Parts: sequence; C-alpha cells; structure tokens
Amino acid sequence: MLSQFLQFLLSGVTVGATYALAAIGFTLIYNASGVINFAQGEFMALGGMAAVFLANAGVPLPLAIVLAVTVATAVGMLVEKLAIEPAGRAEVVTLIIITIGASLTIRGFMQVFLGKGSHALPPFSGEAPIAILGATLLPQSLWVIGVTGAVVLMLSWFFGRTLTGKAMLATSYNKLAAQLVGINTRFILLLSFGLAAALGAVGGILIAPVTYTSYDVGVMLGLKGFVAATLGGLGSGAGAVAGGLVLGVAEAMTAGYISSAYKDATPFVLILLILFFLPQGLFGKKATDRV
Amino acid sequence: MLTVDKLCKTFGGVKAVQGVSFTIEAGTIYAVIGPNGAGKTTLFNLISGVYTATEGEVRLHDEVITNKRPEELARRGMSRTFQNLQVCMNMSAVENVMVGAHLRLNSGLIAGMLRLPGVGRADKTCHDEAAALMAFVGVGQYVTAHASQMPYGALKRLEIARALAARPKLLLLDEPAAGLNHTETGEIGVLIRKVAAGGVTVVLVEHDMKLVMNLSDRILVLNHGSKLAEGTAAEVRANPAVISAYLGASV
Amino acid sequence: MKKSFRGLMLLAGVLVLLPLVLPNAYYYDVAIRVALNACVAIGLNLLIGYTGQISLGHAGFLGIGAYGSAILTGRFDWPPIAALLAAALATGALALLVARPILKLKGHYLAMATLGLGIILSIVIVNETAWTGGPDGMPVGGFGLSGWQIAGERAWYGVAAVLLMLVTVLALNLIDSPAGRALQAIHGSEVASRVSGVDTTAFKVRVFVLSAVLASVTGSLSAHYVGFLTPGVAGFFHSIELVTMVVVGGMASVFGSILGTAILTMLPQLLSAFEGWETLAFGVILMLTMIFLPRGLVPSLRLKLGRGKK
Repeated sequence: MLSQFLQFLLSGVTVGATYALAAIGFTLIYNASGVINFAQGEFMALGGMAAVFLANAGVPLPLAIVLAVTVATAVGMLVEKLAIEPAGRAEVVTLIIITIGASLTIRGFMQVFLGKGSHALPPFSGEAPIAILGATLLPQSLWVIGVTGAVVLMLSWFFGRTLTGKAMLATSYNKLAAQLVGINTRFILLLSFGLAAALGAVGGILIAPVTYTSYDVGVMLGLKGFVAATLGGLGSGAGAVAGGLVLGVAEAMTAGYISSAYKDATPFVLILLILFFLPQGLFGKKATDRV
Repeated sequence: MLTVDKLCKTFGGVKAVQGVSFTIEAGTIYAVIGPNGAGKTTLFNLISGVYTATEGEVRLHDEVITNKRPEELARRGMSRTFQNLQVCMNMSAVENVMVGAHLRLNSGLIAGMLRLPGVGRADKTCHDEAAALMAFVGVGQYVTAHASQMPYGALKRLEIARALAARPKLLLLDEPAAGLNHTETGEIGVLIRKVAAGGVTVVLVEHDMKLVMNLSDRILVLNHGSKLAEGTAAEVRANPAVISAYLGASV
Repeated sequence: MKKSFRGLMLLAGVLVLLPLVLPNAYYYDVAIRVALNACVAIGLNLLIGYTGQISLGHAGFLGIGAYGSAILTGRFDWPPIAALLAAALATGALALLVARPILKLKGHYLAMATLGLGIILSIVIVNETAWTGGPDGMPVGGFGLSGWQIAGERAWYGVAAVLLMLVTVLALNLIDSPAGRALQAIHGSEVASRVSGVDTTAFKVRVFVLSAVLASVTGSLSAHYVGFLTPGVAGFFHSIELVTMVVVGGMASVFGSILGTAILTMLPQLLSAFEGWETLAFGVILMLTMIFLPRGLVPSLRLKLGRGKK
C-alpha cells in the first residue's frame, strides 16, 4: 500500500520536475513581456531531439547536451527577435497566435529535418533501479529532480544576487520604470526568451531517457507546463515550481488510482477547478482594476 | 436624494475612505475636493458600485444601494464619467453615446439577430438623440467620426454625452476638467450648469478651484480619506482647517 | 447596414455563381467545408472579435455536436434532425454551465480555461471507445427527413450555402443592434458599459453559449456530410485553426471570418504539394500574417483602400 503510494509519488515528482522547468520558462517570458509563449514545449522537444541526433552522430553525451541546450537557446532568442519584437504592442490574442505560429514552425522544422520517429537518450548513469521502501526509483529520476533543484537554486541566486537578474525582476514589475532607470528592456526580453528556451531544453533532455522524445512531444509538455505556471499563479517563480510538482503528483495519482486513460486530462481538470475557485492561482495576487 | 453614511473602504493596509458621511439634495451641484490621495475617486467608485465598501451605507431616495453592481445602479438613474477616460476606442463616437441609452432599448441578442420590428426604428431614434446630445455637449462636429480620431478634450465631453444618454437623475463627474486648458474648463463649467438646469443632480470631483467655487451649491472636502469640512463655497473657503490642508494661498 | 448590404449581395452572388465554375466534386468538397467552417468562425468572431473574449477550446463544442449526432443516429437510430437538436441543446447546457465562472476570468487565464475545457472534451472522446470508436473514429450516416436524404455534392453545397447566408445575415443584424453595440462596448471598456447599464456578465455568457451552439450545429452537419468522424475534430489543433481563421481574416469583421476561413481551409490543400512541410508552412504564414497584418486581412485591406479613396 505504502510502497505503491510512494511509487506514484516518486514518478509524479520526477515528471513534475520537468513540468516545473517548463513552467519557470513560461513565467520568465510572461514576466518580461506579458506574453504566453506557446512555443515553450517546442524548446523542450528541440533540446531532446538535438541531443539525440548529436549523440547518435558520435558526439560524446555531455557535449551533445551542452550543444543541444545552446541550439535551443539560440532558437529561443531568434523567436524573440523575429516574431515577438516586430509585433510591437499587439493584443493578447494576436501575441498568442504568433507564438503558436512559432511553435508550429519549430515543430515543422523538426518534422522535416529530424523525422517523425521517437528517440531515447541513454540514461545518464545506468538503468539499475534503486529500491526505496518498497518502491523503485530509476537513477534518471534522481538526475531530473536533482538538476531541477540545482537550476531552481541557481535561478534564485541569479535573480537575488546578480545585477542582470535584478534587472529582469525590475522589468517584470514595471517595464517603463525599468527603462527609465536605464535598463535595456529589449535585451532583457531577449535574455528571457533565451533563458526560457535553455530551461525547456534542459527539461526535455532530462526526461528523454525516461519518456522518449519526438518532434511533437512538445505539444503536451508545453500545455502542461502552461497549466503548471497558471496553477502557481502566472508570474510567480515559486508558484511555477510548486505548480509543476503539484501537477506531476496529481497526474501520477490519477493514473495510479483512478484511470490511466484519463491521466492526460488531470492537468486540465485541475486548472479549471483552480481557476474557478482561486482565479489568481495558488500564489498569484488578486488584481483590482484602477478606474 | 443621496445619503452616504459612515462609508469606509480599506485596501489591504490602506484606509482609502474612513467613515465619510454626507447628504446631497436633489437638483443641486455638489463638489468633492481634496488633495491627491484624499479618496475622492475611491468615494465615487464606492457610490457607483465599482468598488465594494468595507463598511457603511449608501442610500439613494431611502433605498439602500451599498454594494449594488453598477448595472443595477444605472437602472436606478445613476450615471458617471471616469477620471481616466473610459471611452470605447473600437467604436464610432455616436455609437459610444448610444451605449449610454442601452437600458432604454430592446437589447436582446435574439431580437437583434432577427431584426424584430421596432428594433430598427428605435435604433434610428437613438442615433438621432445621440447626435443631438453630442451637439449639446459641444462635440457635434464629430458626429460622423470614430472615437479613435477625436482629441482628448472632445473625448471627455463624449463621455458626458454617453452618461447623459441614460437620462440620469444623478450624474457623477470624475474630474471633468482634468487635462483641459483654461478656455475648455470654462466651457465645461457652462455645460455642467446646462445639465443641472435640466433637473439632474450633479456630483463632481474636481481639482480646479475656480470651477468648483463658481459652480457648486455645496462642497465636501476630503483629506486622507476622512471628511475635513462641508458647506457652501463661502463657508469652505473661509474654513481655516481647509485652508491649511489644501487651499494654501491660492484662490 | 448599407456597407454590409453590399457585402451580403457579393456573398450571395459568389455562392450562387460558384456551382457554375466548380469543375468537379473535389472543388465542391472544398467549398462545402469552407462554408461550414465559416459558420463556426463567424460565431467565434462574435465572441473573440466583437466581445473581446478568447476561446482556445471551441473545437470541443464542435466535437459534442459531431459525436452527439453520430452516436444518437448510429447507435440509437434517432432521426438526424432530432439528434442535431439534442446535441445542440447539450452543448448549450454545458456552455451555460461553465460560462459564468470561465468568463469571470480575463486574458491568459480565460484562454487557459477554455483551452482546458476543449482538451478535456477531446480526451473524453478519445477514451470512450465504446461510444465513439476512439482514435480509429466512427462512421456517420446520412442526413435527411424520413426517407429523403441529402445526397450528392450539389445538395450538400446548397445546404451549406444557405446555412452560411443565414448565419451571416443574423450576425450582421446582431452587430447593428443595441445588443451588438453592447458586445463591442464590453470589448472597448467593460466598466463604462457596466455603468451604462450593460449586464456584461450576462452578455458574455449569452454570446459564449450562442457561438458554442453554432459550433455544435455545424459539427453535426459536418459529421453527416463527411460520413466519418475522428477525434481530431474536437482537438486542440482544430481549436487553434478556428481561432486562426477568425484572427487572420479579421477580428470584428463577419466577412473577414469568411475570407479567413476560405484561405485557411484551402491552404492545406495547396500545401499538400509540399509533403511534410505543411506544419512548417502553416506556422510561418501564421507568424507573418499576425506580425504584419495584426488586425487581420479584411480590416487591414479596408484601411488601405480607405486611405486610397481619400
């Protein structure tokens, strides 16, 4: 009984960590620009796919990973430069459509040049399952959770201690004020996209040994990452992490105890319930309009 | 006509309005003044249902209307304009004014889709009335224009036309002269007098002291969310507390 | 109504003359699909373009109509019209139920909620294999009344064209009415509409339900026309396609929706020459259109032509 529960919990936390990385990516971009980046999932797919193809081409795995993340980061910045910046101050709906267009473009590229197949990365440190209190944990899961944890710590150091990080925060609170004190908000926006893409890529690479990667794996991952970010309250970094973990665990529990067919519906049922009762998400602030 | 009784509004730690009470007689022009941050617009938002009150009561003709929604207050003859222009920039000028007449028209979705008899004719009448109102407030030349083409001062008057289209008994004007120059402010004053002469009770929040002193029958002075003084223009002008807190050496 | 009268006459003209130039059944098929999709797009535009809300899950409502009709006629032998009405009623009820809490949300939260709703519906359709045939889909019978059925491309074209004209007229009437003004006012300034007496929540709910029911009816008819249903009809991609038709054609423009639908329905047919490149091409076209013509084709064209006239 307990071991079964623990099993679900562990797999939930593992996948939840991936969602958390995606959610942080969404939050970063949302904070810098108010845009919901529907291409976030595609960065995850891109990271995984690029790593697979580089590794298969003979590049040693660690280097392949670094290169894949770099590629994704570059693509992220490209999206910002070519799609977001030219749009100026468009309406929410327009921006949503633009990022959807970007996601289709990236996915289309992968479809054409990397094919429709599923691929896996070799697990980073072997496949021998670890037994914990009757449940088994794959070593890869430790990587996922561990790296995500490290990333979160690095980000809080970045935002709390470095000037660039603080500049990013300032931009998210009030873009105009940030500009007035000399912050180059254009660069911040570019950086946000790049960083979000990097985070997405890392998430995609971490999970590739466990759940495989393909050209369209980003669709569901991206949507669920969006749900996780909204769950935690759009704009809150801590909320994004919490939302991701909550989502992952909820999904695993549903798959385990209720029905594995409806596992994919869990995030969306959850978000509807949250939005009905807590429209600001778990950590968001209540908004009042000034008239 | 309108009674406000110990009205309070707190935002988190900020006490925007604290225990304000006053009464407005029908058919008068009543002004609310005070330094920035005194709670004037919050008071307006409380009376017009845009904010919910933390404590206190608002009564219109003896009916308690505290925390009623703006739509319901519109049905009771209350209308208002906004400090930060709330004009529908996606519509034409005359359509904006026609929105004000919403409650007097058949605005069912089905009726609109099927173009039931009467809907078209009523709309034509509404259009003509809206055009007349635009002329009344002094923006008649923009009757065929789109809201996005109109200058700021004209838009301020357009809002007043929209508020008047509802044929209100109580009209709340939130800083009608904000951003207007000397001449335009004078014209707004003339307009407000015309409106009041038509039997409408006017309540206005304003910073322009000359306008306020010339127009108002009674004035309420707010400071830090509480009532500082109330009375006729002469009484308020002579009140030492008011002078030190707000008027200073001006006027 | 004058300028839209001209557009209406143009549409009628095109619809009447088209059969004279369509060479074969394939082209009829495209025309029928365009007409049916346009009906959904017009309804969605009332919600997105005019009232200023978002829905990223509208294909879900279409799915209820399509699968509702298919299941009731296929497994329970209901007459198709009754099935269509029942499905529309069910859709309306669901939309009504979720509308109030959903439409209290704004911007991205609203988008997220509608997205979630649409995906839940499509997952249900995929999973309930016993009813819906699951990912493999299910066949759908013909549409008709006690013995007489709509058969053949021309008959279906007639039905689709009449439906499109009807929906267009109703939409144009609505926009020109006090209700239509109220909807646009909600988009322009919600607080200003409220103090003018517009019950903004009620209006948003009504237009949401209306567009959902329209999607359902169109879904039912499409199902009977195509003769086979797959879950993709209710999927996320289809919802996005629908929103794109509205946005590319022109928000707050009925004829824009029709044009947008025409272009986006015909695009995959044109792109099928570029095997495997459809997704990529679609994405690029989407981005370019939204960046350079953010108001959509018809309003942008109107603006350019307007400037030319002056």
